[in-house]
Amino acid sequence: MNRTCLSGALLLLPLPVAFGALMIGRYPISPGEVFASLTGGEVAEVVRALILRIRLPRIGAAALVGANLAVAGAVYQGVFRNPLVEGRLLGVSSGAGLGAALAFLLFPQPAVVQALAFAGGLAGVALTALLGWAFGAGVLVLVIAGVLVDSFLSAVLGLVKYAADPLGTLPAITHWLLGGLSGVRVPDLLPLGIASAIGLSFFLLARWRLNLLTLTDQEGEALGVRVRPTRFLVVGMGTLLVASAVSVSGIVSWVGLLVPHAARAVVGPDYARLLPAAAGLGAALVVALDTLARTLLTAEIPLGVLTGLLGAPLFLVLFLRFLRERGGWR
Amino acid sequence: MRLRAQDLVYAYIPGRPVLRGITLDLRSGETAFLLGPNGSGKTTFLDLIGGLRTPREGEVLLDERPLASFSARQRAQLVGYVPQFHEPPFNFTAWEVVLMGRAPYVRWLSQPKERDRRAADGALAALGLAGFRDRPYYTLSGGERRLVLVARGLAQGAAFLLLDEPDAHLDPANQHRVLLAVQEVVGEGLGAGITSHSPNNALLYADRVALFSSGEVLAQGVPAAVVAPPLLERAYGIPFVSVGDGHGPRAVLPAVG
Repeated sequence: MNRTCLSGALLLLPLPVAFGALMIGRYPISPGEVFASLTGGEVAEVVRALILRIRLPRIGAAALVGANLAVAGAVYQGVFRNPLVEGRLLGVSSGAGLGAALAFLLFPQPAVVQALAFAGGLAGVALTALLGWAFGAGVLVLVIAGVLVDSFLSAVLGLVKYAADPLGTLPAITHWLLGGLSGVRVPDLLPLGIASAIGLSFFLLARWRLNLLTLTDQEGEALGVRVRPTRFLVVGMGTLLVASAVSVSGIVSWVGLLVPHAARAVVGPDYARLLPAAAGLGAALVVALDTLARTLLTAEIPLGVLTGLLGAPLFLVLFLRFLRERGGWR
Repeated sequence: MRLRAQDLVYAYIPGRPVLRGITLDLRSGETAFLLGPNGSGKTTFLDLIGGLRTPREGEVLLDERPLASFSARQRAQLVGYVPQFHEPPFNFTAWEVVLMGRAPYVRWLSQPKERDRRAADGALAALGLAGFRDRPYYTLSGGERRLVLVARGLAQGAAFLLLDEPDAHLDPANQHRVLLAVQEVVGEGLGAGITSHSPNNALLYADRVALFSSGEVLAQGVPAAVVAPPLLERAYGIPFVSVGDGHGPRAVLPAVG
């Protein structure tokens, strides 16, 4: 099978994984019943409700979160010409965390938490972009601005945690930051769905031209790419993806770093093939991990903890492979 | 076609110009070598004539039309650029690197077409690199990488190709492979502008030579007239001797020791 077909196959991988995930849970459901629930066939009302109102929204959210984080990670690794970055590089997660924590402190309703987390994520990156633009919009300058903003917002987040009620609000903030999809309801899917549709279709259509962002500014300009505006457009779209994901799931680590490399190992670095593969692999992985998170123990395991536990060892394997291919680190 | 630099002035730091009024032509079907010591302004000149920087004074004209009046995409279809190095962060294949030269022809939100893929194949074949098509870039030697970058420049399909020291850091055989390949495409009507630190390569491959010194063109003309000991001594500050067999100079050497 050639690598273009493989990329298409990976893009479709979330479908069978999601179908399996619909069957699995505290109340196991047969494939026939899942199929009947989805297609409006004959099935017990309680089963249909469980599938359509509880499991499907959660699995849909998991798939979008996975695709968003993986695609943004793949894109950021190219834009910043650095294989070790992910979509959270520019302060989106500390911004989102701060937004969510403020919501827990002031207006503790799920919709407000999601909205403020989303706004906080966008604001964090906007601050980074503003600083970066002021200093000339080079890659290194943006990264430095990102580190500054991230560190500053984390400190403010610490302040909010310190001010929070240690019996009620602080555990809620901590639990949100650990990451998970247990609270997902149908209305939460709307903003995530819209942001993902915009961001993912933009990147999937522009996928080949993303290769050009791995060139130096000068090479890019010589090929007619208007490098700086393009960089900001792409970072903005990536931020939309990550902020919308984080606002629903909290902090889910490693997916944005790991999945692009796994996809590269299968289909190669060309973004024309990489992006569909990363989107599919990310969605399938997060759906699978979230299914584990809700079924492995009687109590739910935070998704972010699970991805962290699996992510570090997996990344080590991929990193050693990368080093071998590149002939060492320079 | 003619790519003309007219009275170009450029300064990175105000008050300290690195180019002080350069007037120079590149023509289709000709190879122009730009020689001169480090810091004499050759590379800055290449950036200006390629439209990558805006001159402080003067302008670049492509057949009487200001280069600055073209959009970035149009300009890239007319003037190509081959950098000295290219370090991709990921291990693209040679073909994928060359295909990126088609960027000026592929719109946002669309993919390379059959025509673009054929251009990439054609550029690789023109440089004898057809066998390297699927080789990962990291596995290529310095000379092979340079040829792949020239192929990317060819795939760009531009009328003029600007090459930044294409003979630097290469062994003699690879220097000649790269320059011979350029000479061949110049024979088919391309115009080439080449910066170099090798006066001897200019003697071998240039149709015209411009000798830069302190941001000015000290001399320009046919290689035998410009690559001559008195002028080189004025530019580089050390004495040279010319070596030849009666049909003009074959090489120049530093007259030291």
